[in-house]
Amino acid sequence: MKALLTALQEVYGLFVEDGSLAVAILLWIGFAALLFPHLPEGAAAWRAPVFFAGVVLLLLENVWRSARQKR
Amino acid sequence: MDVGNWSHVGPSVLASFLASLVEFVEALTIVLAVGSVRGWRPALIGTFAGVGFLALLVIAFGPALQLIPLNVLQLVVGVLLLLFGIRWLRKAILRAGGVLGMHDEEAIYVRETAALQQEQAQQPERMDWIAVATTFKAVVLEGLEVVFIVIATGALGHNLLPAALGAAAAGVVVISLGLALHRPLARVPENTLKYAVGILLSSFGVFWIGEGLRFTWPGEDLSLLGLAGIFLLASLGAVALIRRATTPDAKALPVSRQGETS
Repeated sequence: MKALLTALQEVYGLFVEDGSLAVAILLWIGFAALLFPHLPEGAAAWRAPVFFAGVVLLLLENVWRSARQKR
Repeated sequence: MDVGNWSHVGPSVLASFLASLVEFVEALTIVLAVGSVRGWRPALIGTFAGVGFLALLVIAFGPALQLIPLNVLQLVVGVLLLLFGIRWLRKAILRAGGVLGMHDEEAIYVRETAALQQEQAQQPERMDWIAVATTFKAVVLEGLEVVFIVIATGALGHNLLPAALGAAAAGVVVISLGLALHRPLARVPENTLKYAVGILLSSFGVFWIGEGLRFTWPGEDLSLLGLAGIFLLASLGAVALIRRATTPDAKALPVSRQGETS
């Protein structure tokens, strides 16, 4: 049981290091999945670029916050 | 192969090769540390057991991937790939900004060697399962990352074979150098590689999530290059800002306090 838990922790650690960034990205993906399809048809071409911009902004906010906390 | 094919296959091969290079270097460091301290027999038993376990996983779960609807697979793999890649990219930015200490294979080798020597001194008469388990764990964990990267960068774009060849080439390079040098590959610019790989994998992740959600990417597959370019520019900007804001304090920090090394 302990070995299984350790293995699961190791696998979790492959994908998540800063929980707040992971949660923010997952929420953004959920938001995009639920809301973007309801945007007007004319906005369809912007869905992917706006989604990408959101990911970049989340990353930048996280590294900036992490850098300030570690000062 | 024409330019069109290369633009389709190239990013998969490059991402797979560079990411696998990093993973193989990390696994090699542990195997070398175990082999030199506890003997090559347990080190190699653990290594081959790890490779065998990975092969079983691929054989058992590989075909199941074909049963999952494509857009669900794109979304799930995209999310995992984005989390995986952005973890590397975030750390690379913080390292380049001077907030975290640099990854150092030589230091990891020394630390692993010291820990193994200490354990050996405490339990000299026992069968060396610790050595076997240490290399097994290293090979399985780093190998899982290689398998995941090959599937994520190759399978969804029908580039599984080129991506697998990219990973295999990285394995050949690292194992050959390891056999020749018998020491960790400390001169591999691992931090820079992780920066590049973080950008590539994050780009693939965002791209596959978009595909899974049926968003339209301008330029289709070629948009991957644009995504990677924007990630690069944004991260370079972040590094510059962090350096400007934190350099005096970061320099004052002793290396041991600067944080993570993996």
